[in-house]
Amino acid sequence: MTSNDRLLSDMANPLRAEVVRLYKNLLYLGREYPKGSVYFREHLKSAFMKNKDVTDPEKIKKLVARGDFVIKELEALYFLRKYRAMKKRYEPEK
Amino acid sequence: MSGRVLVGVKRVIDYAVKIRVRPDKTGVVTDGVKHSMNPFCEIAVEEAVKLKEKKLIKEVVAVSCGPQQAQETIRTALAMGADRGIHVEVTGKDYDTLGPLQVSKILAALAKKEDAQLVILGKQAIDDDCNQTGQMTAALLDWPQGTFASEVSMEGDKVKVVREIDGGLETVKINIPAVVTADLRLNTPRYATLPNIMKAKKKKIANVKPADLGVDLTSRLEVLRVDEPPQRQAGMKVETVDDLVGKLKETGHI
Repeated sequence: MTSNDRLLSDMANPLRAEVVRLYKNLLYLGREYPKGSVYFREHLKSAFMKNKDVTDPEKIKKLVARGDFVIKELEALYFLRKYRAMKKRYEPEK
Repeated sequence: MSGRVLVGVKRVIDYAVKIRVRPDKTGVVTDGVKHSMNPFCEIAVEEAVKLKEKKLIKEVVAVSCGPQQAQETIRTALAMGADRGIHVEVTGKDYDTLGPLQVSKILAALAKKEDAQLVILGKQAIDDDCNQTGQMTAALLDWPQGTFASEVSMEGDKVKVVREIDGGLETVKINIPAVVTADLRLNTPRYATLPNIMKAKKKKIANVKPADLGVDLTSRLEVLRVDEPPQRQAGMKVETVDDLVGKLKETGHI
């Protein structure tokens, strides 16, 4: 086991819990993704896998922050989609 | 004042799903189709939770009528911040014929039982588009109503409601207790994220039968037939203005 593996597999490492939390939350949000949850999951997984060898805690924190930002963007996307659909359906064209 | 707000939430086919009519023309296909909380109900829940966060009311109770799956919708409301839920169990034929009349009887009974100060509902459901439940509930309770609300504010023992009406906005002040129905611009509902759903699992959902509330579910309506809207005719392209005039004469438009 390399020192990297030990860092990442240490359950007491709070950063690992953060990353897992982020992944689960994004996966849950992905169920409503317009292009489908399968598409979303594939892209989510590859995005996380791309960074799997990052060990610098500062870098990890930045990546998690970026993930939280993506969550906010998705929530906004979902709201706008729904709002526009409702407006179109229930408000007469002027 | 009990400081309790009752919010009705309905489980409907998700707004983004393409609806298909059943081959026997008795309704739409619901098996295996994605369902979620009615968008206007989401806005109603958000408003109630906002009032609680502003400490203007004390407790938000989410109510849904239907089979077991209605509990998912209540859980979403709990994840958005409702304190507890009430699942009014309606199944089978009763559920097929459940409409605004029956639901408003149930909500009226619950509003009295729970000593609610406010009943907030979505203005209409996106599946039946009745836009009746709020109004009927208010009538059964003999409470004032502020429907199509785009703004709600508490002013002592009254509620000020800005209503969206044809040609603009109308502001009314009504006595509490009252019924309010939410329109599109009332607020921006928060998303029920996974951590909130997890936290909401601790909140209680009580199980109630309509008979316990003394409500008769008999429907006075019978659905005869459900059809798809007529297919849009494909457009035709013409080369010249003369062709256009010719085609219009041909099809009897001029």
